[in-house]
Amino acid sequence: MMTTMTNIATPLIVPRPDFAAIAAWVKPGARVLDLGCGDGSLLRYLRDACDVRGYGVEIDDDNILACFKNGVNVIQGDLESGLSGFESGSFDYVILSQTLQAMKHTEGIVKEMLRVGKEGIVSFPNFGYWQNRLQIVFGRMPVSEALPYQWFDTPNIHLCTLGDFEAFCHQHGAHILERRVMSGDRQITFAPNLLGTLAFYRFERLK
Amino acid sequence: MQDPTSVGIVTPKSARFDASLRLKSGAVLDGYELVYETYGALNADKSNAVLICHALSGTHHVAGYYADNEKNIGWWDNMIGPGKPIDTTRFFVIGVNNLGGCHGSTGPASINPKTGKPGKPYGADFPVVTVEDWVQAQVQLADYLGIKQFAAVAGGSLGGMQALQWALDFPDRVRHALVIAAAAKLTAQNIAFNDVARQAIMTDPDFHGGDFYSHGVVPKKGLRLARMLGHITYLSDDSMAEKFGRDLRSGVHAYNFDAEFEIESYLRYQGDKFAGRFDANTYLLMTKALDYFDPAHAHGGDLSTAFRAAQADFLVLSFTSDWRFSPERSRTIVKALLDNGRDVSYAEITSSHGHDSFLMEDRHYHDLVRAYMDNLAT
Repeated sequence: MMTTMTNIATPLIVPRPDFAAIAAWVKPGARVLDLGCGDGSLLRYLRDACDVRGYGVEIDDDNILACFKNGVNVIQGDLESGLSGFESGSFDYVILSQTLQAMKHTEGIVKEMLRVGKEGIVSFPNFGYWQNRLQIVFGRMPVSEALPYQWFDTPNIHLCTLGDFEAFCHQHGAHILERRVMSGDRQITFAPNLLGTLAFYRFERLK
Repeated sequence: MQDPTSVGIVTPKSARFDASLRLKSGAVLDGYELVYETYGALNADKSNAVLICHALSGTHHVAGYYADNEKNIGWWDNMIGPGKPIDTTRFFVIGVNNLGGCHGSTGPASINPKTGKPGKPYGADFPVVTVEDWVQAQVQLADYLGIKQFAAVAGGSLGGMQALQWALDFPDRVRHALVIAAAAKLTAQNIAFNDVARQAIMTDPDFHGGDFYSHGVVPKKGLRLARMLGHITYLSDDSMAEKFGRDLRSGVHAYNFDAEFEIESYLRYQGDKFAGRFDANTYLLMTKALDYFDPAHAHGGDLSTAFRAAQADFLVLSFTSDWRFSPERSRTIVKALLDNGRDVSYAEITSSHGHDSFLMEDRHYHDLVRAYMDNLAT
C-alpha cells in the first residue's frame, strides 16, 4: 500500500532494524513518546525490552487499530500541527523513528521534540550512502532497501545526509549526545556518511 | 432464526436500596430503586463485569430484546453481544437506568414516600441529581451484585461522563474507562441548547410546575420541541443534507406552514415519538446533570489536578462530525490523563453522523472498541 504525503505513518516498509539500537539508548522505566509510531511495534518492543511507559502519536486509522491490537497507548493526531496536547518536558525521550524525512514541518517537529522531551531520538535513512550517490551519478533517483520508493510516489520529502542533519541540529539549538550509524544490522564506524544506510541520533536542547 | 450475535431475550431486574442517599445538592433520597439488565455470566472471581452508563435519553435496556416485543432492541445492541465488540461470552455486562429516570428506576414519576398523600408522585419535588449522584447509586448496585471492581465502565456522551466520574470517585473499582463522545464539561453553547429545551418544557401549560401527573396531562408540546432541538444538535449538517437535503414531501411548494420539507416531517415525527414515551421531568433532570458536570470545578478549573485520583486505564474516542461534543473536548480529557501519566489511547473516528455517531454501527469504531476490549484482562 502506498502512503500519501500527509500520511506519515509508515514511510518505510522495510523491516526496521532500528529497534535494538533505540532500545540501547532508552533507560529502563522511562517515559517515551513515539511520534509517527505506525503499528506500535517499536513501543511494544520498548515496553517489553525496557519496561518503558510509552505513548505513540499516529494519524492513520489502520495504524491506530494496529496499535490497539498491539496493546500500546496511542493518541491519534497530526504531527504536522505540533505537539500542543503534550506538556513541556513531560517525556524522558521523544522518538521520531524513520519519520523525519517524511515530515513537511521538519523544523517545527524537532523544536517540539526539544520542548516535550528531555531528550530526542531520531532515525532516518542516510541519503549520503554510497549506493544512493552512485545512482545519482548514473542519472537516476536512488531506490534501495532503505529508500524503496520511486521519485514520484515517495512519502520521503525531506531526505538528508548525516552531515546535513548535524548542521541542522547545530543551527536549531539541538545538542547531539550520541550517534549510531547502521547498515543492515551492522554498526558502521568508518566513513559512516558514505557506508551507513540508517542514522540514529540522540540529542537534547542546547543549554 | 435467532441472531447468534444477539444476547436474545432479556428481562429487566430491579434492586431496592433502603439506605438513604445524600445527593450532591444536599438533598437526601430515602431509599430508591434501580432497574437494570445483565448480559453474559459473571465469572467466579467477579472480575469480568462491565458497566454501561446511558446518555440523556438512554435506559437500562442496552442489548437484546423483550419477549413481548422483539422490536424493542437495546440501544447499544450493535456493540454488545456474543462476538460483538463488548463480547458477552467474555464479559458480564450491566445496563442500569439512572436515578431520576423514567424507565423503572426511582424518578419524578415514582411515588414520593415523604408526601402525606398516598400515591402522589415526586413531580417537581424530585431532587436534582448529578453525575456524581448517579455513580454513587451505581456503586450500591455493584455492591448488591457483589462486584468489587469493574473490568470496564463504558459510556457515550453523558454516559462517558459517568465513566470518567467512576474513575475519579472510585479509582480502585474500575480498571478501564471507555469515554466515548464525551467532554469534561459542557460549553456555554451546550448549556444554552439545554436551557432552550428546558424552557420549552417548563413553559408548556401542561407542565404545571412539574406536577402534571396529578392533572392527568403530559407537557407533550414542550417535550416535543425539546427533543426536536436536541435532535438537530445530535446530527451533523452533512448527515442532514445527505439524508434529507431540501426534499419536499409532496414534491411542490404548498405555501403554508405544514411539514413540507422532509426534515420538518422527520423532526416532528421524532419529537412526537419521544414525547409519547419520555417523562418531561426526567428530561429536565438529565439536561441539568449534563450542565453541572465539571470535575475540574472543585480544583480551581484544573482538569489535570482533578484527574490525579484516577487509577484506571482510559480509552477516549471522538467523532469528527460531532460538534456538540467535539474532538477538541475529548483531547482536553486526553491531555489531563497524559499529565497524570495514565495509560490512555485516543482515536478520532471519521464519521458524518454527528454526536449520534457513538450509537451507530461503524466498522472502524467497532474494530477499535473490540481490539481494546480484547486486550482487557478479566
